[in-house]
Amino acid sequence: MEYVIEMRNIRKEFPGIVANDNITLQLRKGEIHALLGENGAGKSTLMNVLFGLYQPEKGEIHVRGNKVNITDPNVANELGIGMVHQHFMLVEKFTVTENIILGNEPTAKGQVDVKKAAKDVAAISKQYGLSVDPNAKIEDISVGMQQRVEILKTLYRGADILIFDEPTAVLTPQEIKELITIMKKLISEGKSIILITHKLKEIMEVSDRCTVIRRGVGIGTVNVAETNQDELASMMVGREVNFSIQKTPSEPSNETLEISSLVVEDARKVPVVNGMNLSVRAGEIVGIAGVDGNGQSELIEAITGLRKAKSGSIKLNGKDVTNWKPRRVTESGIGHIPQDRHKHGLVLDFSIGENMVLQTYYKRPFSRNGILNFSTIMDKAKSLIKEYDVRTPSEMTPARALSGGNQQKAIIAREIDRSPNLLIAAQPTRGLDVGAIEFIHSKLVEERDKGKAVLLISFELEEIMNVSDRIAVIYEGKIVAIVKPEETTEQELGLLMAGAKRKKAGETT
Amino acid sequence: MKLLKGKWASITVPLLSVALGLLVGGIIMLVSGYNPIVAYAALFNGIFSNTYVLGETVRQMTPLILSGLAVAFAFRTGLFNIGVEGQLLVGWLASVYVGLQFEGLSPIVHIPLAIIAAALAGAIWAFVPGFLKAKYQVHEVITTIMMNYVALHVVNAIIRTYLLAPGERTDQINASASLQSPFLESITDFSRLHYGFVVAIIGAIIMWFLLWKTTTGYELRSVGFNKYASEYAGINVQRNIVLSMVISGAFAGIAGAMEGLGTYGYMTVMADFTGVGFDGIAVALLGANGALGVVLASALFGGLKIGALNMQSVAQVPTQLVEIVIAMIIFFVASSYLIHWISNRVSKRGKI
Repeated sequence: MEYVIEMRNIRKEFPGIVANDNITLQLRKGEIHALLGENGAGKSTLMNVLFGLYQPEKGEIHVRGNKVNITDPNVANELGIGMVHQHFMLVEKFTVTENIILGNEPTAKGQVDVKKAAKDVAAISKQYGLSVDPNAKIEDISVGMQQRVEILKTLYRGADILIFDEPTAVLTPQEIKELITIMKKLISEGKSIILITHKLKEIMEVSDRCTVIRRGVGIGTVNVAETNQDELASMMVGREVNFSIQKTPSEPSNETLEISSLVVEDARKVPVVNGMNLSVRAGEIVGIAGVDGNGQSELIEAITGLRKAKSGSIKLNGKDVTNWKPRRVTESGIGHIPQDRHKHGLVLDFSIGENMVLQTYYKRPFSRNGILNFSTIMDKAKSLIKEYDVRTPSEMTPARALSGGNQQKAIIAREIDRSPNLLIAAQPTRGLDVGAIEFIHSKLVEERDKGKAVLLISFELEEIMNVSDRIAVIYEGKIVAIVKPEETTEQELGLLMAGAKRKKAGETT
Repeated sequence: MKLLKGKWASITVPLLSVALGLLVGGIIMLVSGYNPIVAYAALFNGIFSNTYVLGETVRQMTPLILSGLAVAFAFRTGLFNIGVEGQLLVGWLASVYVGLQFEGLSPIVHIPLAIIAAALAGAIWAFVPGFLKAKYQVHEVITTIMMNYVALHVVNAIIRTYLLAPGERTDQINASASLQSPFLESITDFSRLHYGFVVAIIGAIIMWFLLWKTTTGYELRSVGFNKYASEYAGINVQRNIVLSMVISGAFAGIAGAMEGLGTYGYMTVMADFTGVGFDGIAVALLGANGALGVVLASALFGGLKIGALNMQSVAQVPTQLVEIVIAMIIFFVASSYLIHWISNRVSKRGKI
């Protein structure tokens, strides 16, 4: 069998770490080949080697049978390799067409030939079934459509080997379905695809074969038809993985968080949290299910003091904490695993050690009379790194250098270690692999069992169903239903999240 | 080429930039019909050949260190203080004013008092842009530049109206506030070296300590890196923006005091900016915004400026050429990105 791409025994080192060791990846023509591995396993490094961003220390790359040296991304482009990045590389203010032709503009008389460009784009988008509005600006279109623009960009440059880097991480379930259709269409048109992911479900659904890497080492390649999720998961993590969470029924006691008639406005003065009532008791996990943009972010920001509440009240253990400053809220016993770990969760240029004391640096024993005690801080960091299995070269390493999963573990270590009465976890497992997800879920349950209240916000219904003791469905800034996970289904939740009840009530038929 | 990346970059990039700057300067000299070897020999002699020029170099360094610290400090908090020049001018005036007004004080009281006055004046001047930035998100680059002009004309007006002595300047400050030292002058062949360099070194130590060893420094750096995470952590972002500007302005004000209490002992009506504040930007850049780096970069700039005088008298090369060399060094530091890029290309080629 001829391979369109063959990466043989690739080794790539960074100072102090071997990112790829002896990895072999063989991509057949016309297949979807999944590249599976935990966060930080070396998937991105391997693809960056293929895309010419890194040079391997050892190993060979063959494209269509010829040995090649991919010295930079331009060489990769010339070889017909295109990358659909996880974080889109698009100019927001440009139109879809302008973005697609950028860097490769058809010209006539020294000017961009807009007509030809539009025609080319239309032709490609029709051929592969990628519907886009060629004249819309990127900032005005949905994430799913932005991704299609990214795919069109690679096709416009003549790529027939496409690398998808975690393509579903940013998509809604509906968009994921569409993407899968697109990928199958691309294959039927003779393209080959490498799919980087850690979502086992997607691999089972869409790919033909799967190469697994673990901690930088190639574990092997399997035919997807001959395997199952459990096997893939244990290949990836190196041990058996529990998909269902082991937990006993909750034993909630007194109310820890009490929200009543809360109204919070967003930046445009729209009341996105609009008269919300919610309570979380000690010893239970309440999951908030809802489509993104129904007031979840603003709710968390209001509780944690990052955003002012317009009216209503937030009580913590009976004490009114409405519109307290973030520090006072933190000190009163709220832990917060923020939704955006890069924006809020970490100071990426600080060391892991410095990040571990982000809310406690001004207290003893980490400082005394305004003077920091670095040895205590670093000792603390070391013990947290050990306890929470944060994989980092040392506690002095900048947070930026860690993989997403390990950054998240560091945040969780910091937040849980403060032993808060209420732990708010906003999308705590977004973008993480099964091993890390399992770990984080078990930590949330552990906190619950210690008698803490946990508020979980997630857009993944599976997570909500698995972890929560009670589910509160949020729709247009209100809690529209409270259900128990064992008494509902994902379908019912999906309907509630779409405002089904309200519509039924409002309609006369 | 590995030296250009990672932890050594903050040392190797400036060193390479200095070498390249001197090289380009040499080429310009050649093109202009001067002998660069003779010129650089004269420049070198002009820095090290005798105690007089050494003393002058250290004197030149003193305000440069402090203005460099001012820029670097603000930069660590993510702020670009272009207003060091203006803060320096008001600091200079404040120090001279205190030096003139109080009589019969012991130097142990009078000198610190004058320096504190200068620091306060600079801090107040920097408070305005800091406050506007924190409260109304007005960009500090714009406001600090504008505050420079305000400072220049306000200072001149105050001197003309209240403090004017013959010669478009103030009177000489009282000896009890002076940093000038007959002893230092005598050991350096009567240069204008004064005790200000001690103040500058203390300033550098304070900056290092404040930034890296205290909770205040932790907050300032945190806000500089990521204000959202800082806010999440309960750090008062607005307060820290103002604080950073105020401390930066205090360093700048003390830089002014070095001129007022040390080099000159008075203040003249200024026709134009001193340039020391702007050189501070270059010094901070070359010194990688670190306390030690700023001191070393100031030594280089101070040396080049003093050496240029000898270069002119011995090799007849105009002092402007040294300005070009300095500009080139800054250019190369600023374009270290370019150097990185070239080194990447070279190392890739080397491997293939």
